[in-house]
Amino acid sequence: METTIEKLTSKDFASDQEVRWCPGCGDYSILKQVQTVLPDLGRPKEEFVFISGIGCSSRFPYYMDTFGMHSIHGRATAIATGLKATRPELSVWIITGDGDSMSIGGNHFIHMLRRNPDVNVLLFNNQIYGLTKGQYSPTSEQGKVTKSTPMGSVDYPFNPIALALGADATFVARTLDRDPKHQQAVIKRGYEHKGTSMVEIYQNCNVFNDGAFEVYTEKGSKKENILLMENGKPLIFGANDDKGIMLDGFKPIIVNLADVSANDLWIHDETDLVKATILSRFYDDPTHPDHKPRPFGVFYVNSNKNTFDELFNNQMDAAMAKGLGDLDKLIAGNETWVVN
Amino acid sequence: MSSSVDKELESVVIRFAGDSGDGMQLTGTQFTNAAALFGNDLATFPDFPAEIRAPIGTLAGVSGFQIHFGSTKINTPGDMSDVLVVMNVAALKANLKGLVKGGVIIANSDGFDSKNMRLANVPEDQNPLTDGSLAEYDLKVIDVTKITRAALADSGLGTKEIDRCKNMFVLGLIYWMYHRSMDSSIEFIKSKFKKNEAVMTANLKVLQAGWSYGETTEMFANRYTVAPAKMNAGVYRSIMGNQAAALGLVSASVKSGLPLFYGTYPITPASDILHELSRHKNFNIKTFQAEDEIAAICSSIGASFGGNLAITGSSGPGIALKGEAIGLATMLELPLVIVNVQRAGPSTGLPTKTEQADLMQAYFGRNGECPVVIVAAQSPVDCFNMAYEACRIALEHMIPVFFLSDGYIANGSEPWLFPQTKDLQDIKVEFAPERGNNDDKFMPYLRDEKLSRPWALPGTKGLEHRIGGLEKQNVTGNISYDPNNHEQMVLLRQEKVDRVADYIPLQTMDNGPETGDLLILGWGGTYGALKTATAILRGEGLNVSHAHLRYINPFPKNLGEILKGFKTVVVPELNNGQLVKIIRDKYFIDAIPYNKIQGLPFMSTEVVNKIKEILA
Ligand SMILES: Cc1ncc(C[n+]2csc(CCOP(=O)(O)OP(=O)(O)O)c2C)c(N)n1
Ligand code: SF4
Ligand SMILES: [Mg+2]
Repeated sequence: METTIEKLTSKDFASDQEVRWCPGCGDYSILKQVQTVLPDLGRPKEEFVFISGIGCSSRFPYYMDTFGMHSIHGRATAIATGLKATRPELSVWIITGDGDSMSIGGNHFIHMLRRNPDVNVLLFNNQIYGLTKGQYSPTSEQGKVTKSTPMGSVDYPFNPIALALGADATFVARTLDRDPKHQQAVIKRGYEHKGTSMVEIYQNCNVFNDGAFEVYTEKGSKKENILLMENGKPLIFGANDDKGIMLDGFKPIIVNLADVSANDLWIHDETDLVKATILSRFYDDPTHPDHKPRPFGVFYVNSNKNTFDELFNNQMDAAMAKGLGDLDKLIAGNETWVVN
Repeated sequence: MSSSVDKELESVVIRFAGDSGDGMQLTGTQFTNAAALFGNDLATFPDFPAEIRAPIGTLAGVSGFQIHFGSTKINTPGDMSDVLVVMNVAALKANLKGLVKGGVIIANSDGFDSKNMRLANVPEDQNPLTDGSLAEYDLKVIDVTKITRAALADSGLGTKEIDRCKNMFVLGLIYWMYHRSMDSSIEFIKSKFKKNEAVMTANLKVLQAGWSYGETTEMFANRYTVAPAKMNAGVYRSIMGNQAAALGLVSASVKSGLPLFYGTYPITPASDILHELSRHKNFNIKTFQAEDEIAAICSSIGASFGGNLAITGSSGPGIALKGEAIGLATMLELPLVIVNVQRAGPSTGLPTKTEQADLMQAYFGRNGECPVVIVAAQSPVDCFNMAYEACRIALEHMIPVFFLSDGYIANGSEPWLFPQTKDLQDIKVEFAPERGNNDDKFMPYLRDEKLSRPWALPGTKGLEHRIGGLEKQNVTGNISYDPNNHEQMVLLRQEKVDRVADYIPLQTMDNGPETGDLLILGWGGTYGALKTATAILRGEGLNVSHAHLRYINPFPKNLGEILKGFKTVVVPELNNGQLVKIIRDKYFIDAIPYNKIQGLPFMSTEVVNKIKEILA
C-alpha cells in the first residue's frame, strides 16, 4: 500500500499560542524559516520534536505545533540525547541560546557533539542574556558594558564554531536572522546531515544588544564583512566581489582579484577540518592585524562518523538478536539451593 | 591427623581483615557462597576503604568483610565477631575492638614484621603477637606468607603472584574449621583463571594447603558445625542489595513491557547498579553513562518522554546535582525513578560508609513545592521489591519516585527466596492513542482518578503538544501565570502524591502487637538490627513492638492509627533525626529520636540498651 503524506504548509507548524518575543526580535525570523523548511522535509508532523533550554530563544517550542519540551537551563542537549537514543526514528531539534549552550550547558554541549547523535542544534547567538534582561554572555565581546559589567566585561568570549570543531562536531555552520534564504538553506542542510548538526544563527536582540551583527546585515558594510562559503567555490567577497582569500601555507591572506585569478584562490572544501579550523578563526575586529571577513555557510561536514544513536542501538540489536532474555533465569542466577 | 573435637554452634560471626590488596572481599564472598549453599541463613557486611589501593600496611588501607551465618534466622552481619582473621598488624589494630572477649584470632605473622609495625604506627616493642596483650583471646599465629611461598616454590610464579594466593590459604583453613565443602570455591577458581592455568593451579594448591594445615597441625582443638537454618521451603540464591535493585528494575521493565533506560554517572556506592544493568542489554536494558549527574537525569527524562521506563541513579552528591531536573520531571508529570544509594555526607563525606541522611533531601531537596513519592528498601533482598515498586508507582501514576537504598544494604548480601516472575504484581502502562483530524484537541494535562495525565509519545499522530518547566494550566497544559491556577496545580501535584497511598499496602508490624508500651519505628537499612533488638527485648518480657517503613511518602494510610497505640514511639536512624521530624510534624506525637552518625550500622545491643534506658 502506498502511504501518501499529506503536504503540510508552514501554517501547520504554528501552534495556537501567541508569540511573545519583543517586537523586532531576530527570533521571529528564525521561527518563520523553520516553519518554512519543515513542510519541505516530507515527514509527518508528529515525528518532529523540539527541545529547548531556558532563555528567550528557548520559548521557541511553544510556538511550534510539534512535540516539544521547554526544559531547564542548559540541559536540552542532554534531554535530546536520551530521547534520540531511545527513539532514533524521531527528528529531534535542539533550540538553545548562547548562554544556554555555552555557559550553563557548556558541558553537555561539547559532550553531545563528541557523541554525535543525529539531532539538529539551532544556536541563537545574540551575544547577550536576553531573558534575564541584558547581562553579558560567554559570546559577548570583551569589554562589553552591560548591567552586570558597568566597567566592561573582562572575560574573553567563546567562538562557538571553533568550540564545536574542537569538540569534534560533524556539521558546523553559521547563518544569520536577517538572511531568510541563507538560513533556510543552512537549516535544511543541517537536517540532512546524519549526525549532530550545529548551526549558529546570529540573532539580533534589539532590546539589550541591538546592532551586534549590524556590519553583516547593513547594506553599506555587509559585502565587505561577509564571506559566503560555498563548497567547491573560491572564497570571494567585497563590495564588488573584488577580493578573495588565498592560503599562504596555513596563513590566510586577502588578495585583490585584479592581481590574482579566481582559480588560484582558496577553494572551499567542507570536508577539510584543518581549513575549517582556519576559517573558524577569521577575526573580524577591524583593528586586529589579521582582520578578515566573517564566514557564513557550512564550515565543516564529516559524514564518516557513526552517530551515537546508531552505535547505541547497534549494541542493543546485537544483544537482543536472540530475543528477550529469560527473566526467571536471570533472577535465579548461577547458583541456587533448595530448602525443603 | 588432627585430634580436634567437633562442636555445634547456632551461629558464628567471622571477620576477615587485611590490606586492600590482600583479597579479603573475595575470601569473604567465597565463604559466604559456601555457607549459603550449605543452607545457613546469613548476612554480610563488606567494609572497605575509599581508596582503591590505600597505602599498604596502614590503618587507612584495612579492608574488612564480616559474615554472620547460622542455623537460626540471621538479621544482621553481627555486632561483634567471634573469629577475626587478620593478615597484618593494621588489620588487628583496626578490628580488635569488634572481637568478642575470648574470640579466636587467626593472625598472619608475616604481617607483624617491623615494617608492618611501623606502617601501622605500632611501637617495635609492642608486637601484639608476643607482648601478651592478646592473652584474653584464643590466638593462632600462622606464617601464611611463608607456607604459601613454600607450597608454590615450584609453581614457576613470581613472588608477587605467589603472595596473591595467601587469601586462599585462609579460606581453606576456615573451610576446614567449619566443615565446609570447598567445591564452590574450586569451581570458582577454575572458571576465574581458566585462561591462566599456572595461577589456577596455584590458587587451588594453596586453598588445599589451608585445609590441610587445619587437618594436620595440632593448633586447633575444635572444629565447628553450624547446621542449616530452618528457612521457608523453596529455591534460594545469594544476593547483594545493588544487584537485587538492578534485578528489580529489570523485572519492572519486563513486566511493564517497556524498554528500560538507565542514565547515570559513576559514584560509590551506586555504580554497581550500572555495572549490573549494563550486562543485561538482552532484556532491552539501555544504559547511558553521561558526562555528569545532571545530564544523567536529563537523558532519562528524554527517554521517559520517549516512552521508556526511565531510571537515574546516584548517591547523595549526585542527587544534589539532579535537584533541578527532579523539579522538571515533577512539572512534566512523567514517570521517572531516582535511585539514591545513600552514603555518609555531607559533600564527599565518607564515600564507602553508610548513612540515612538523605531522607530530607528526597523529601524537600528542591526549589518550590515539589513533592515526590519515596520508597526505601530495608534489606539487600528488599532492594528488589522496592526498586520494583518504585517503577510500578512511577509508571502507573506518571510521577517521579525516589528509591532509597544505602551503602550497607547495597553491599551486604543475604539468601533470597526469589520470586517467580509470574507472581510479581502487574504493571499496567497505557500510552495515549493517536487522534484523527476530527477529534477534539489533545489535552496533555487531563487527569484520571489517580490524577495522572496521559503519556503521549512523540511520533503519535495528533498528539503534538508542548510540555515544560513553566507553570501550566491544568488540562490544557498551556503556560499560565494565573495565581489561582498555580495554587491549584501545586495542590494537585501534592494530592497526586498523597493518592498513591490508595495503591500501596498498609503498614504491618514486624514484631509485637499493634499497641503497647513502646514502638520502634524504623526505615531503610536499619531493619536487621532493629529486628534483632526487638526480639531480644521481647524475649526479656518487655512490651516492645517494631514496625519498619518502606513507603515513606506517602506513608501507609494506617500509620497514624498504629502510632496512637503506643505510649512511646522511638525512631532510630543513622542520621541526626530526619524521619522523626516528619513523624512529629505529621502525627503530632512526641516521637523520640535515637541517632547514630558514625558511618556504621546500628549494633543490636546498642539499640537494646537504648530502648531499656528509655523504658526505665
Ligand atoms: C539554573 C538557572 N540559572 C539561571 C537562570 C536564569 N536565566 C534564564 S535564561 C538565562 C540566560 C539566557 O541567555 P541565552 O541562553 O543567551 O538566551 P537568550 O535569552 O539570550 O535567548 C539565565 C541566566 C535559570 N533560568 N536557571
Ligand atoms: S529580550 Fe532580546 S532576545 Fe529576548 S525577546 Fe526581546 S529582543 Fe528578543
Ligand atoms: Mg543569548
